[in-house]
Amino acid sequence: MKTLEKPVQQKAGKKSTGNLLTKLIKNQIFIPIAALLILVIFNLIADPSFFAVTLSQNSAGYPVLSGNLITILDNASELVILAIGMTLVTSASGGQDISVGAAIALSGSVVLRVLCGTESRPEALQAPIIVAFLVCCVVAMAFGAFNGVLVAYFKIQPMVATLILFTAGRSIAAWINNNELPIISDESFGYFGNFIPGIPIPTPIFIAIICMIIIALVLRFTKLGLFTQSVGINAESSRLNGINPEFIKFITYVILGLCVAIAGFIKVSRFSTINYSVVAKDIEMDAILAVALGGNALSGGKFNMAASILGAYVIQFLTTTLFKFNVISSALPAYKAVVVIILVILSAPIVRDKIAAIRKKLSAQKTTVKEAAQ
Amino acid sequence: MNLFKNADGSPKRMSDQNLLLTITIAVFFLMYICAVVFLGSGFLKPQTFFNILNENAALIILACGMSLVMITGGIDISVGTLTALVCMSCAVNLDYNGGNVLTAILIALGIGTAFGLVQGYLIAYLEIQPFIVTLAGMFFAKGMTTIVNATQFNVANEEFQALKSTRITVPGMGSYNKLGNYVPAYVEIGVVVALIVVAVLFVVLRWTKLGRSFYAIGGNSQSANMLGINVKRTKFCAYLLCGILAGIGGFVYFLHVGSGSPSHASGAEMNAIASSIIGGTMLSGGSGNIIGTFFGVLSLSTIKNIVSSLGLDEAWWTNITVAAMICLFLVIQSVVLSRKNKAKS
Repeated sequence: MKTLEKPVQQKAGKKSTGNLLTKLIKNQIFIPIAALLILVIFNLIADPSFFAVTLSQNSAGYPVLSGNLITILDNASELVILAIGMTLVTSASGGQDISVGAAIALSGSVVLRVLCGTESRPEALQAPIIVAFLVCCVVAMAFGAFNGVLVAYFKIQPMVATLILFTAGRSIAAWINNNELPIISDESFGYFGNFIPGIPIPTPIFIAIICMIIIALVLRFTKLGLFTQSVGINAESSRLNGINPEFIKFITYVILGLCVAIAGFIKVSRFSTINYSVVAKDIEMDAILAVALGGNALSGGKFNMAASILGAYVIQFLTTTLFKFNVISSALPAYKAVVVIILVILSAPIVRDKIAAIRKKLSAQKTTVKEAAQ
Repeated sequence: MNLFKNADGSPKRMSDQNLLLTITIAVFFLMYICAVVFLGSGFLKPQTFFNILNENAALIILACGMSLVMITGGIDISVGTLTALVCMSCAVNLDYNGGNVLTAILIALGIGTAFGLVQGYLIAYLEIQPFIVTLAGMFFAKGMTTIVNATQFNVANEEFQALKSTRITVPGMGSYNKLGNYVPAYVEIGVVVALIVVAVLFVVLRWTKLGRSFYAIGGNSQSANMLGINVKRTKFCAYLLCGILAGIGGFVYFLHVGSGSPSHASGAEMNAIASSIIGGTMLSGGSGNIIGTFFGVLSLSTIKNIVSSLGLDEAWWTNITVAAMICLFLVIQSVVLSRKNKAKS
C-alpha cells in the first residue's frame, strides 16, 4: 500500500502533510500513543525526576535498576500478558472474559499446591518449578476451555459464560489449598517475579517481552489473526469460507487461559504466597480497558495487538502517576474513570466525525475568505 | 381472557419467554420445598422467607434496573459501587452535615439520576460501548465513595433509625417462638418499595409504549428504527431508569444496613446480572421478564441460605453453588434457544 501512496503524495505536494496527520489520527494506535504522550508531558512538567532511573543495591545485595519507569514496566507485565489474550478473545467472540482475575488466583494456588506438596510451609520445594508451571498452564487452559466451550458451542454471551468462573474461581482457589495460605521460602521461586541475581532488570519485563515476541511471530506466521478477525466480523460467512468459527472462538479462550497461567505464575512469584480474595482483583476490568484504550471495538472484529499492549502500559503509567501524586489507592479508580471517559469520548466515532466536520467548516470559511480577498 | 388459547381458539404454544419464566419459578419452589423437607422446620417459618426478602430488597431493585438494560441489549456494571456511593453519601449527610431523611432520599435519587443521565447520554447519543461507559462509572463510584469518606461508620441519626426499625407486620402470618409466644412475621420498608418497583416495571414493560420499545430495540434495533421508534431516546431512557433504580436500591440498602462503607454491596452488580439471567433475561437483549428477575433474586438467595444452613458455612461453597446454578440456567437457556432456531428453520 505504501508504495502505491507515495507518488500520489508527491503529486499532491502541499496536501501531503495534512493527509499524513489525518492518517495518523485515523490510525488506531494513535489513541494509546497520544494518551501516553500526554501522560509523559504532564509528568515532565510536574516533576522531571519522575523519569529518573537509578542503579542501587536491593536487600539481597545485588545491583538493581529502580525508578518509576522500571516500576511501570515491571507492574504492567501481567496486564500486558492478559491484554494479549483478551484482544484475541474480544476479536473472535465479540465479548470479554471477566473471569481472568479469578483464574489468576486459581492458577496461582495450583502453583503453590504443586510446589508445597502436602505441607503448607515446606522447607524445600516439593516439586521442580517447571512442573508446577506446566501443571498451572494445563489447569488454566482447562478453565479457558470451559469458558470457550460455553461461548463457542453453547452460544452463551461471553460475559455471562465467564460470570460462572468469576463467581466460583476464587472459591475453588481457596479450596485447592484448604483455605490455607502456603508460603514458599525457597528463593529461586522468587526469581520469576522479582530479580534474577546479577541481572538488574526485573524478570517480569523479560517474560512480558517474550510473550509479545511469541504473539508477534504467531500473528505473522500463522493465520490466527486473520481467522479470529474474520470470525469476529462475520461468523457465518467465515464458516462458508471454510473456517470453523466455533473452533476459532474456542482456541482464543484456551490461549487466554495460557496467558492467565503465565500472569498468575508471575503474580505468586512476586510474593511467594497468595491471598485468594485480593490477588489480581479487578485486573479483568483493567485488561478489558487496555483492549478498549487500544481502540479495538469491544463488539469484535478487527484488532490491533500493538495498540492493546500500549493500552496496558498506559493504564499502568496512569496508576503510577496517580500514586506519585499521593492519591490513596482506594480513591484511585475515580481519577482513572475520569481519564478513561475523556479518552473514550475523544475516540468515539461520532465525536470524531463532528470534530472533522467543524474543522472542514473552518477551513472552508478560510478559503472563502481568501477568495474574497483575492 | 383465556391464557391457554389464542384469539382464534387454537391452543397456544408456550412462548420461549414464558417457558423460561415457568422454569425459574418452578425451580424456586422446588428448591424451597426441598429445603423445607430436608432441612426441617426453619424454612417452614414465614419469617425465614420474609427475611430473604428483607435482605434482598435492594438487590431486587438493582436487578430490575439491570433487567431493563439487559432487555435493550446493554449492560450496566456500575450499580454495585453506585449503591456503596449512595450509602456513604447518605450516611455522611445524615451524621456530619445535619441532613434529615428527606435530604438523604433526595441525595440518593440525585446521585442515581446523575449517573443515569451521564451514562445514558454517553451510551445512547455518543454510541460508546455500554460496558466501557459503565465500567468507568463503576470505577468512578468506587473512588468517589472513598473520597467522600474512607472508613465505615454506623449512622446515629434518630429519625433515620426510627425509619430503619419500622417493621410492617404481614397479616395472618407468624410463628411461635421457643417461649411459645406468637411472633407476627414482618417485612421492612425496603421490601414494600421493592415490590412497588417490581409491580410498576411489570406494568411498564407489558403495557406501555416505552416498555414495548425496550424489547423492540433489544431484539433488533434496526427494524425498531424502521418502525418509527426513537432508538437513541429509548436507550437513554433505559439507562436513566437503571440509574434512578440504582439510587432507590442504594437507599433501600442503606436503610437495611444503616451504615456507610466503601465495601458495601461489592459484587452486587454481578449478583444482579446473575439474578436476571436466572430469571430468563438474556444478555443478548430482546427477551426478559421482571417477574422472572424477582424470582431469580429469590432463588439466588434461597440457595445461599440453604448452603449456609447445611453447615457448609465457608464462603467458597456458596460461591461454587451459585456458579453451578448460573451454569445450569445458562445451559437451559441455550437449549431453549437452539430449539427455537430449529423450529424456525
